[in-house]
Amino acid sequence: MPSFVNPDKCDGCKALDKTACQFICPNDLMVLNKATMKAFNQEPEMCWECYSCVKICPVQAVEIRGYADFVPMGAAVTPMRSSDSIMWTVKFRNGMLKRFKFPIRTTPEGQAKPAGGYATAHGNLNDNILAQEPEALRIPEVYTIK
Amino acid sequence: MSQNFQTVKVTTDLLILGGGMAACGAAVEASYWAKKNGLKVTLVDKAAMDRSGAVAMGLSALNQYVGLHEGKNTVKDYVDYVRMDLMGIIREDLVANIARHVDSTVHLFEKWGLPIWKDEKGGYVHEGRWQLMINGESYKVIIAEAAKNALAEAGGEYFERIFITEPLLDGDRVSGAIGFSVRENKFYVFNAKAVVVAMGGAVHVFKPRSTGEGLGRAWYPPWNSGSSAYFTIRAGAEMTSQEVRFIPVRFKDAYGPVGAWFLLFKAAATNAMGGNYMVERVDELERWRPYGTVKPIPANLRNWLGMLDVMEGKGPIFMRTAEAIQKIASEAGDEKEAKKKLKELESEAWEDFLDMTISQAILWAASNVEPEKRSSEIAAAEPYFIGSHSGASGAWVSGPDDLQSAETKKDYFWGYSHMATIKGMFCAGDASGASSHKFSTGSHAEGRIVGKAAIKYIVDNNSLPKVNDAKVEEYKKLMFKPLETFEQFKNATTDPDINPNYIRPKMFMFRLQKLMDEYVGGVTAQFTTNKACLDRGLELLGMLKEDSDKLAAKDLHELMRCWENVQRMWQAEAHARTILFREETRWPGYYRRADFPKMDEKNWHAFANLRWDPAKNEWQMIKRPMLHVYPQAKEHELLGG
Repeated sequence: MPSFVNPDKCDGCKALDKTACQFICPNDLMVLNKATMKAFNQEPEMCWECYSCVKICPVQAVEIRGYADFVPMGAAVTPMRSSDSIMWTVKFRNGMLKRFKFPIRTTPEGQAKPAGGYATAHGNLNDNILAQEPEALRIPEVYTIK
Repeated sequence: MSQNFQTVKVTTDLLILGGGMAACGAAVEASYWAKKNGLKVTLVDKAAMDRSGAVAMGLSALNQYVGLHEGKNTVKDYVDYVRMDLMGIIREDLVANIARHVDSTVHLFEKWGLPIWKDEKGGYVHEGRWQLMINGESYKVIIAEAAKNALAEAGGEYFERIFITEPLLDGDRVSGAIGFSVRENKFYVFNAKAVVVAMGGAVHVFKPRSTGEGLGRAWYPPWNSGSSAYFTIRAGAEMTSQEVRFIPVRFKDAYGPVGAWFLLFKAAATNAMGGNYMVERVDELERWRPYGTVKPIPANLRNWLGMLDVMEGKGPIFMRTAEAIQKIASEAGDEKEAKKKLKELESEAWEDFLDMTISQAILWAASNVEPEKRSSEIAAAEPYFIGSHSGASGAWVSGPDDLQSAETKKDYFWGYSHMATIKGMFCAGDASGASSHKFSTGSHAEGRIVGKAAIKYIVDNNSLPKVNDAKVEEYKKLMFKPLETFEQFKNATTDPDINPNYIRPKMFMFRLQKLMDEYVGGVTAQFTTNKACLDRGLELLGMLKEDSDKLAAKDLHELMRCWENVQRMWQAEAHARTILFREETRWPGYYRRADFPKMDEKNWHAFANLRWDPAKNEWQMIKRPMLHVYPQAKEHELLGG
């Protein structure tokens, strides 16, 4: 199946022009059934289980069920992603639960500034020194063999 | 059918095709120079940039960091490492160019917000000599954000959900690309002064080990279909190292990463009898001198030693996770310290999967595996085509002007860094060849290199090349033909899947995978082939190519699948032809020519290149010399196989 949608939770992202899962899926798998206004995975055997749809769903309606052709049944791995960290709940086949929390970024969302605070004065298009170099290399000059 | 599609024409200065690591690097750097020179940058992605490309899910490590400022490694050290890992066949100028810029990419990532592990002194935590550990769940989101912000600052733009197919040419210069929206009835014609190709490598050319629902669980993402190779081949660009496929050894079935286990946790892999093939089969490495006897042992040879065990019936192969974790924990101090360390290691082990291969976490949980208590199986996956990681296939590109020796400059330099043999066509990441081991960071660095080089090219050649309108119309008809074919014939039978008039993309892909698997050295052929098999494979490939004219699609999604599989088919043909051309076995853990089982340094210490001639519809094989930027000891290079 890989990703599947809980019909009780999915509201078809009513307020948006397209559903969140449809917007994000790298493989164009998630689509909205216009009759039921519920999303579904149109090609589950092409799913990488990347969890992009699970993480982005505003109502936690999307989950993953391990590939049926090699994964024993009964496990679940569920993320809760915030703006700076992610919490994972891992449920084992035997019922054991494990929980892990990891940071995901150190800057506020949207604030990745291209120059990264390094100098932006470099203006010679003809040399082999890239925009924020050599400052961003943390060495005095760019390596060359000349 | 094609008349139902509105034609949208987009004119820009620099066109970046792709949205992954290399494309994002190109967007950031090109935007900087475009703004200074009053030029426009346009990026086109088949998916959504936040989660597109091979890093969509995240990563748990940065695998290329030279750390020049740490003073332990040099650029030449990295070049030496990559050359040996690829059994002597790399472009030193390209590898050195990426290596000298990759550190600034990593330092920018950190400033953008990527959490890189630090030790108590504030230095980076190295997983291995060249690898850094990260909390990488949002890796791609952060890198895409910087790229989008850079485009916005420079007045550029990006398009999402547009699938690129054919290149457009004006004589010997690229003039743009065509594609279609996978969401609405729109046909796109992009006209540009230069084009960056960064659309990834290819998966699903070979039959994968899992063929049911787990078909999608390839190590490399299933949406990478050879778009880069197709684009450059169809333009008539020279291609290199098309015989080099990458086969990673990973945790079996879900393909979870093994790097942290081997490098960070120092785990061993053993066969069913408890034997360690890296120890027991050390004599085999002598056959592959000088590359077999260096440290680290080349990735393909490590694969090969494990495969020998499996072929002799000594499998399964296990990663000894429990022993490794218990050893580190026991060295932490007293019982309390050991317990604390164990908890920390357990969390690190799970994060390694949760950051980049969540399926492996599901598989562990579903199998009740606690890595600190029991071992897990590892196995060789299936062949993939990538110019990054430990692969090498891609376009043959110019090196930079300054990283050449007297002997390399004539063959390896033609004007602009990482430009293909087509004027104005730049390649980065999985799209450019013979510059292995660039991984995610090096791909981004290579994207930055071409971002600047392409803007320089535009400033030097500041005219808009022509688009041939008749050719565009011809392509438009061809592009939408699968939709027309489906509409025309869908009612000829009672089941749309079974129809003698057409073939749907999934079965077309299975046909390709089966012939590649059986004749060109896939999993079931134990990665072995010979001339007779390759000739037969090419014959079947020829008929598949004829039948591609009868591909049928019921909607835009399936139309994308049709063209993805055409792209895979072209990648397959370039691969089979190059394996046939190189009459030796050089990377035994990637593939073996049973009719030429030995490495032949005398005749094949060289690049096997090829080019498809668009005017004549013919393939041409080209042998190019392997020349050194850095002086080599002659006897070292000429040791026979």
